[in-house]
Amino acid sequence: MTTAAFRTVYRTPFILSTITIAGLLSALLGDGVWDALSWGLLAIPMFLLSFFLVRRKKSS
Amino acid sequence: MAHLNAQTVRTWYRLHKWTSLICTALLLMACVTGLPLVFHDELDALLDQHVAPAKAEAGAPAANLDQMIAQAQARFPSMHPYAIGWDDDEPRIFVNMSSVDDPRSSKDIRSMIFDAHTGRLLETEKDRFDLLSVLLRLHREIFLGLPGELIMGAMALSFVLSLVSGALVYGPFMRRLEFGTYRRDGAKRTRWFDLHNLLGIVTLTWALVVGATGVMNALSTPLFGLWRAQTLPKIMAPYRGKPVPTHFRSVDESVKQVAAALPEMEISSVLFPNPIFSSPRHYLVWTKGKTPVTSRMFTPALVDVETGSLAISGGLPWYLRILELSRPLHFGDYGGLPLKIIWGLFDVALIVVLVSGVYLWLSKRRSPIERELDHLVERESLRHAGAL
Repeated sequence: MTTAAFRTVYRTPFILSTITIAGLLSALLGDGVWDALSWGLLAIPMFLLSFFLVRRKKSS
Repeated sequence: MAHLNAQTVRTWYRLHKWTSLICTALLLMACVTGLPLVFHDELDALLDQHVAPAKAEAGAPAANLDQMIAQAQARFPSMHPYAIGWDDDEPRIFVNMSSVDDPRSSKDIRSMIFDAHTGRLLETEKDRFDLLSVLLRLHREIFLGLPGELIMGAMALSFVLSLVSGALVYGPFMRRLEFGTYRRDGAKRTRWFDLHNLLGIVTLTWALVVGATGVMNALSTPLFGLWRAQTLPKIMAPYRGKPVPTHFRSVDESVKQVAAALPEMEISSVLFPNPIFSSPRHYLVWTKGKTPVTSRMFTPALVDVETGSLAISGGLPWYLRILELSRPLHFGDYGGLPLKIIWGLFDVALIVVLVSGVYLWLSKRRSPIERELDHLVERESLRHAGAL
């Protein structure tokens, strides 16, 4: 794999990973707003997942 | 790093396959039993109606612990006080009685629950089949005690390796595919392959955290043993040759003494003199901080049951601090019900990753994966040949 291909493939997973870590830590660091932030952040991967599973691609 | 050699990819793929196969069966069990365990509090409240403590104003005085102990002793004369626990959420105090020093399961313990302010007895836990505690024992130690804990720890380690190697082979396999590709109209195997990749990469970080903290939790028994071995001999040295005390001073006074010595902490639990888990001549009082982060950090204090002299060993060593932080990150019970629901969704997604992984392995015969790998090897070797 070339560097460019490597970057393309791992870009979204890297962003998702960062979001997940932030979500896992925020509920640990505080209550109230921090918990809510955690829910919001951790919901993103799950929303994305359902989006990709449900959508219909035109190509096929 | 960026130019991935096809042979390297093959090695990672093998590592992914074998580490996954090692842990899959037990991991599936852990995922399935873990799901209800995430909702432990809710299920517990649902399965068992609790008597609520009286409403108390802030700063209301605490009830006398000695009277609770006396009541529990009268109710269970053949047992001895084992521990006192303070409920995190409600002003309730659990007095746990046991006839052994190392209770293995909830069967070995009888609990009486008291109102923390009025001291009134709220309920005596019945001797009943406790599904959640059975699930927990299965999840943690497959009913095998310490060896089971270590087996589950090794399984979790294998899981972490499988995740890392899985993330590494994800790149080569996905390089011609868009993120989130799910060919729902493709061949059955293609669908499962896409599902495995998509769910695997989306849940990767969560799974790594739960896996790594699972390894830490599995090591809790030996780590606490190590800490006791490092700490207790110093504390016990002055008592050498003295008989083990049979008469204990007031636990209420001892707790008040610790609370006064550590004003920035709150009392979490008390372990009665115990030759296995602590000292046979001290109350072990666990205190915790008051902020969201420090409430995960415990500081132990030992109170001599005869003289009342206080020994505070200071904070815990780093490995127990990591263990303390590992617990919430493994259980997912630290951010309210919405976090638990999200935790449950991640868990279900992980179950699908496991099942699809097993499917891909079972339907292997010259599978797309192996064919894909052969293409990779071929292409890379051609490229190398061309470059030479």
